[in-house]
Amino acid sequence: MQRIRLRYTKRGRLRFTSHRDFQRAFERALRRAEVPMAYSAGFTPHPKVSYANAAPTGTGSEAEYLEIQLAERRDPDTLRELLDTSLPDGLDVIDAVEAHTSGLADRLEASVWEIRLDGVAAEEAGRAVEAFLAAEEVQVERRTKNGMRTFDARAAVTRLEAAGSVDDRPDGKACAILRLVVRHLTPAVRPDDVLSGLRATADLAPPVPAAVTRLAQGLLDEETGAVTDPLAPDRDAATAAPSTAAGLSAAKATSGVSPAAGEGTA
Amino acid sequence: MSAESVFPQLEALLPHVQKPIQYVGGELNSTVKDWDSCDVRWSLMYPDAYEVGLPNQGVMILYEVLNEREGVLAERTYSVWPDLEALMREHHVPQFTVDAHRPVGAFDVLGVSFSTELGYTNLLTALDLAGIPMEAKDRTEDHPIVLAGGHAAFNPEPIADFLDCAVVGDGEQAVLEITEIIRAWKQEDRPGGRDELLLRLAKTGSVYVPKFYDVEYLADGRISRVVPNRSGVPWRVSKHTVMDLDEWPYPKQPLVPLAETVHERMSVEIFRGCTRGCRFCQAGMITRPVRERSITGIGEMVDKGLKATGFEEVGLLSLSSADHTEIGDIAKGLADRYEEDKIGLSLPSTRVDAFNVDLANELTRNGRRSGLTFAPEGGSERMRKVINKMVSEEDLIRTVSTAYGNGWRQVKLYFMCGLPTETDEDVLQIGDMAVNVIAEGRKVSGQNDIRCTVSIGGFVPKPHTPFQWAPQLSAEETDARLEKLRDKIRGDKKYGRSIGFRYHDGKPGIVEGLLSRGDRRVGSVIRAVYEGGGRFDGWREHFSYDRWMKAAEETLPAFGVDVAWYTTREREYEEVLPWDHLDSGLDKDWLWEDWQDALDETEVEDCRWTPCFDCGVCPQLDLDIQIGPTGKKLLPLTVVK
Repeated sequence: MQRIRLRYTKRGRLRFTSHRDFQRAFERALRRAEVPMAYSAGFTPHPKVSYANAAPTGTGSEAEYLEIQLAERRDPDTLRELLDTSLPDGLDVIDAVEAHTSGLADRLEASVWEIRLDGVAAEEAGRAVEAFLAAEEVQVERRTKNGMRTFDARAAVTRLEAAGSVDDRPDGKACAILRLVVRHLTPAVRPDDVLSGLRATADLAPPVPAAVTRLAQGLLDEETGAVTDPLAPDRDAATAAPSTAAGLSAAKATSGVSPAAGEGTA
Repeated sequence: MSAESVFPQLEALLPHVQKPIQYVGGELNSTVKDWDSCDVRWSLMYPDAYEVGLPNQGVMILYEVLNEREGVLAERTYSVWPDLEALMREHHVPQFTVDAHRPVGAFDVLGVSFSTELGYTNLLTALDLAGIPMEAKDRTEDHPIVLAGGHAAFNPEPIADFLDCAVVGDGEQAVLEITEIIRAWKQEDRPGGRDELLLRLAKTGSVYVPKFYDVEYLADGRISRVVPNRSGVPWRVSKHTVMDLDEWPYPKQPLVPLAETVHERMSVEIFRGCTRGCRFCQAGMITRPVRERSITGIGEMVDKGLKATGFEEVGLLSLSSADHTEIGDIAKGLADRYEEDKIGLSLPSTRVDAFNVDLANELTRNGRRSGLTFAPEGGSERMRKVINKMVSEEDLIRTVSTAYGNGWRQVKLYFMCGLPTETDEDVLQIGDMAVNVIAEGRKVSGQNDIRCTVSIGGFVPKPHTPFQWAPQLSAEETDARLEKLRDKIRGDKKYGRSIGFRYHDGKPGIVEGLLSRGDRRVGSVIRAVYEGGGRFDGWREHFSYDRWMKAAEETLPAFGVDVAWYTTREREYEEVLPWDHLDSGLDKDWLWEDWQDALDETEVEDCRWTPCFDCGVCPQLDLDIQIGPTGKKLLPLTVVK
């Protein structure tokens, strides 16, 4: 049974796709592309697909991940291209590797986010970021399935920077861009929680909804603060031991324990 | 009006609304054509939420038929939910298409498909959001032609004030004919303006332009006559009928939405029309004659459609799918073909017949046998004679016996309440029938955990049916009758707990009845309801009976009529009905005879296997029924793996 890990995007207007919507679209794409999927047992067999840590509805993403199990072997690159063609534009499959390690989900330790704040000057955003980072704790509220919940949005943030305005905007309006690195903790801190935090600490109130995009997900390098490619260990294991059997044992050896595995690929 | 995309403005609103994905378009197999290289542009609307409207076959077919033509484009628009409507009003974003997010007001035509009258208030919302004057008389050359189609368009009179025109019958050829008329008029630089265009459409004899007809009334409120007020406009407008469905294999590339919708399957219409002759059934009456798609045509559509969509289910649609002359071979052929592919097959709308259980068994070879649905419609033998639903209690018991014996665990039975001549006793017999079904089921399956669900809808008399003259049962009487039945079922110690009971109260049926058999005066009620906040009347959580009754009390007395006049009043032979000038092909005298036969409890056979009974459609339209068997095999087969 071959397992293949895919990296895909949610771009442009398709960022409004919810995770459930994506699942349906993906499973239909698998059928159209005639991918030889492995199925679960039972009365209503489902193709074996594991999704990991999907971005919230309405946020764009360059770095979503999932894993599929095939009943017959396929070349990962060919499969990637086939699925990318089969999915609507905006839901693009941009990377594929054969799984040689366990625990893809465990390697998604942190996310890098880009937050575009139209109508906010870079200096104003910079001041708010400073105030946020200076705080020990930033309590924010979010409505969840179980009602309003209050939690700290500060501790999970390992990096937050305000970049300068994009000055080539045609209308000449201000636009600040935040770059955010958040560790995946429980409760999950999402970009909108950090925005709530910026509002709480520094009264930052963007006039239009922020455009949020996940740029990367992966292991968090504690020293450099970089987020590294979660598919790199599988790629490394494949080069180290191309045969499947050896690949699996090599994978066990490196799985999740060697920080070197994903170095320098953020 | 500029045709520029409003997406940038809309995008800023989407983070604030429920399920924004329904407004962004980008569905697989959707089409965006270049605006400037097309000279006739349609926006097609299904006046309900996206999740209901997207799978609608009518809109999907017309969208594809139009977009296939060079120089013609079609985009889709749906009703927006009140949360987005409020934001669009606040930020001045007009009603838009989901394909290229162009303002609906920029198109040549706004074509609206009405499956049900309960979409009328949503039409008004869309017109208002689009900046199109609500009443046709206030529109200028700068506004789209507002055109209605679909089954409800067979009596467009209640929305006549809001429409420029209506088309009755099949749309595939009609939209192309209309397109050519618009193209010619535009190429000639729009001579005579909007009026001339409408006149050209009306003169075809198959496009109804309400403003070219005057309605005259009698002192008692009834219509005295409907008269054309322009020369060249026909007295009666005839319906469109497409012959040879194999020439129209649409949708070829069904839309696959990202958002979740009510039907997610590859639907193939296996035949159109029905001559079973159920007297309550408007669809069966207005879509005659029967026209079958061939077994090979069906096989090809299913094959191509599945490849184009990736759907996991195939629905074989029609008004009574098991009546296709080659249904056995179709079902077996598809089940064989897709046995390995985990493709589900479904056959909605089947009659009460043991043969249907065999079919259902075939379609669920690998899957779970959960529930089977049958529609006896009437609870008593007498009632079923009145409605011409020829099913005996014996047939039903034999059918369910086969079903439970074949491992089916649940049987659903559909009925109607409020049928003409119905008494409490007729409805109470539904309870007896359910008990007999359970008793038989326990016997043949040897198990006690089988179920029977009884689902009851209120009967609404519809135009162009033998019951168009019938009195509708009042909401109060409907509710009282259903309560008696509920008590009877609940009170049954031995079987009651195995019987599920689902019903709706009688109030929505009265509003539907008002709109179904209404005339132009009902337009004022619709407008008042819209202005009072009425939206999405087909949705229980949005529908307000009180709002409708209040609007009716405010507007109808000026005409000397009321809601009861339109609903619970029985009509006489002589009465001019509001839709008499729209010709469905049915002979009005035949409909009246059939109504008299109903009252005499006399049944009529199906003309597919007995001689013609002169309903009038075939000679009127110069057509004939078109059925198999062709004797062919289901082709093409998929490549052997």
